[in-house]
Amino acid sequence: MAVDKELKIELGKQGVFVTTIEELYNWGRRSSIWPMQFGLACCAIEMIATTMARYDLARFGAEVFRPSPRQADLMIISGTVTKKMAPQVVRLYNQMAEPRYVIAMGACAISGGPFKQGYNVLKGIDRYIPVDVHIPGCPPRPEALLQAFMTLQKKIDGQSLTGENRPRHLNADAPGEFPVPVQGEHDLEPPANHLVWPLPVKQGTGNCVQGSEKQ
Amino acid sequence: MASSPYFSLAVLFFAALGFGLAPLALAWLWGRVFSPAKPNAVKNAIYECGLESKGDAWVQFQSAYYLYAIIFLIFDVEAVFLLPFAVAFTGLGIAACLAMLVFVLMLVEGLAWAWAKGVLTWA
Repeated sequence: MAVDKELKIELGKQGVFVTTIEELYNWGRRSSIWPMQFGLACCAIEMIATTMARYDLARFGAEVFRPSPRQADLMIISGTVTKKMAPQVVRLYNQMAEPRYVIAMGACAISGGPFKQGYNVLKGIDRYIPVDVHIPGCPPRPEALLQAFMTLQKKIDGQSLTGENRPRHLNADAPGEFPVPVQGEHDLEPPANHLVWPLPVKQGTGNCVQGSEKQ
Repeated sequence: MASSPYFSLAVLFFAALGFGLAPLALAWLWGRVFSPAKPNAVKNAIYECGLESKGDAWVQFQSAYYLYAIIFLIFDVEAVFLLPFAVAFTGLGIAACLAMLVFVLMLVEGLAWAWAKGVLTWA
């Protein structure tokens, strides 16, 4: 049973520290989010700047960029995901150990950005993998990436270990594998993973079908 | 047994062993009990660069490559000794220059021998 928040502050003033397993667990998880060393386009330059001394991602316990997906907790989709690259991104995401998180950084990773009308750019990585935090911008400044980190930390902090809100890795029924798309004749097959992307997708171009659009 | 002069050593030995093994055992136990294992075929793939691995890992290399390694060594050693020699060149006497010349000529001889043996022609 959780301790009353005000009682906790009062106890803290008296030098008594009260916590729960859940708080400790989440504190540990949010304070050591290791991102994957993985850059896609110009946003990656901003991501690199974020890790350097001026912005110093190490303050958030996330400076350890791992070169292997097996050791990483966070995938920063930093830039344009081309259809050529999308299967590799999804495969890398699949190879990350649970619990894993995704930050879609920049307009391209969110929606295709300025290349949305292009034939070869994926219209947002959340068609294939679940994204936790989206950062708008082209490219987003390092401060924006830091904000996304803090948002992710808040999200992790808010997760309880049991119940509906529990993180996916504690839910035995949650899917662990996200199908890797393959290059089809005109587009990636399938154009979206419907478990994570509930909206309709037009076959062929990978564009979203608008409700009123007749094509 | 406790009166043996080596008794304290044995105690320390087991303490040291435990000090090393206990964290490993705890990590293993933590992994077994708490880690959320969601294995699948993609996750268990050997290659972790996003691409699918193709072919067999048991690739054969020609044993003739060792000759290239040896000839590379000639130039490698030469460079290691030539650089300090070149840096200190203006302050060196005739004897040092002669010694270096002999050294370089010896290496050149090795290269000439390899060349004459036809090592440089890939067959």
